[in-house]
Amino acid sequence: MSKILSFENVSLTYQAENGEVNALNNINFSVNEGELVSVIGPSGCGKTTLLSLIAGLEQPTGGRVLKRGTTGYMLQRDNLLNWRTIRANVLIGLEIRKMKAPENERYVDSLLAMYGLGDFADKIPAQLSGGMRQRAALIRTLAVKPDMLLLDEAFSALDYQTRLVVADDVHRILKREKKTAIIVTHDIAEGISMADRVVVLTKRPGTVLEVIVPAFANPDATPLARREDPAFRAYFNRIWKGLDVNV
Amino acid sequence: MSEARLLYLKQIKRRQRWIRFFQFSALILTVALWEILARVGFIDSFLMSQPTRVWRTISNFQQNQLFTHIGVTLLETVIGFTAGVALGILTAFILWWSDFLSRVAEPYLVVFNALPKIALGPIIIIWVGAGMQAVIVMALAISLIVTIMEMLAGFKNADPELIKMVKTFGAGRLQTFVKIVFPSSLPTLFNCLKINIGLTLVGVIAGEFLVSRAGLGYLIVFGGQVFQMDLVMTSVIILGIVAALLYRLVALLEWVVLRMLTVN
Repeated sequence: MSKILSFENVSLTYQAENGEVNALNNINFSVNEGELVSVIGPSGCGKTTLLSLIAGLEQPTGGRVLKRGTTGYMLQRDNLLNWRTIRANVLIGLEIRKMKAPENERYVDSLLAMYGLGDFADKIPAQLSGGMRQRAALIRTLAVKPDMLLLDEAFSALDYQTRLVVADDVHRILKREKKTAIIVTHDIAEGISMADRVVVLTKRPGTVLEVIVPAFANPDATPLARREDPAFRAYFNRIWKGLDVNV
Repeated sequence: MSEARLLYLKQIKRRQRWIRFFQFSALILTVALWEILARVGFIDSFLMSQPTRVWRTISNFQQNQLFTHIGVTLLETVIGFTAGVALGILTAFILWWSDFLSRVAEPYLVVFNALPKIALGPIIIIWVGAGMQAVIVMALAISLIVTIMEMLAGFKNADPELIKMVKTFGAGRLQTFVKIVFPSSLPTLFNCLKINIGLTLVGVIAGEFLVSRAGLGYLIVFGGQVFQMDLVMTSVIILGIVAALLYRLVALLEWVVLRMLTVN
């Protein structure tokens, strides 16, 4: 497997009016092609910053981020535009990148059809359920055929039940489309159940505490099924203790 | 539909009918009272005019060239309104683009906004000449600053999450504006247009008071000077109707645009 992304001693310090903020400190890890990697850490530990670095929205102040190919970003909220139909919404990335060719539009239509939104293409976002909206947001990200997907707390705006189902959905879609993805979450269970590898960050300034490769009895189990696996609890406890959460 | 539902809908309808009825009655009553009081001599129709005299003035439109005056006021309003909106949006766009420029301009905008623009009358007349152009510039002076401030606030209010979403696709500033900022400011734009119709009319009438030889504002001043209160009252009433119609036109435009946007 070839590496698609690697962080080499990456640090990032923000300059703000009331002082310096050391967001990330000496981060090292890498991601292989086709791998789903989750990044778990307490809130405010710089998880989102990590994604911004990968997407190129920000530059590190120390070390380097090496990546191959393009990235697609999925945010916490679906951010569907209520003045566009679902189809027009998922095409926005292609419009912006001036890639709105017929074959790309066909690809988008096939994604919509494959993932249960074919009949909703001409509806407006308000007519869809939360789970469907989030699926539309994922298709919008997939439409530009990114080599790597960045999911930033992509399920945390959904209610608990929807969230479990959507996480299952997204996992299935990512595996089927053979995508590489980095899933940032503060939800330990979500992080373990969805990923091939888990990167645990410490609180700010964020640095890598450990990297776990969860092994389950059935390697092809869905995220929901993985939660039933006896090993799941052990991983959960290990990460929970490591995070050392104080409230 | 259940019985309770039908009853509920009926109640709403009935209430609506009563509101319409009283709105209409208030108008009829006022006009009737005005006419009666003038006829019995309780009010002086020379000073207060009276509905039948207003009607006579309107029917006499060929002699007093009423429609020419309405046309002039309308033309000035449409030009002033369009120019104000276009210039206002353009300026707001530039200030949105450059935060630095926006910070520099801020105190000046505040001062110009507070300044009574009528005070600029003599300056405007000397600079652009007494005539229709002065009226239009006056209308522009009154509506422009409000448009800039409103639209800039609207642009700056666009949801940062939506902006981040398009940025993750590599959108530049212009694309961000076209895809997110402008469409999400449409409600602000239409509010602004509705306010502007009124403000532009204020500017046009004030301008006509100062310089013009035609228009409803001119007619009002002229009527006042020669003590023809019929002409003054008629002009004011027509002005009210014109203002209401223009407002409805903007509301209609809003309805059409918002519908087009959600349908496509």
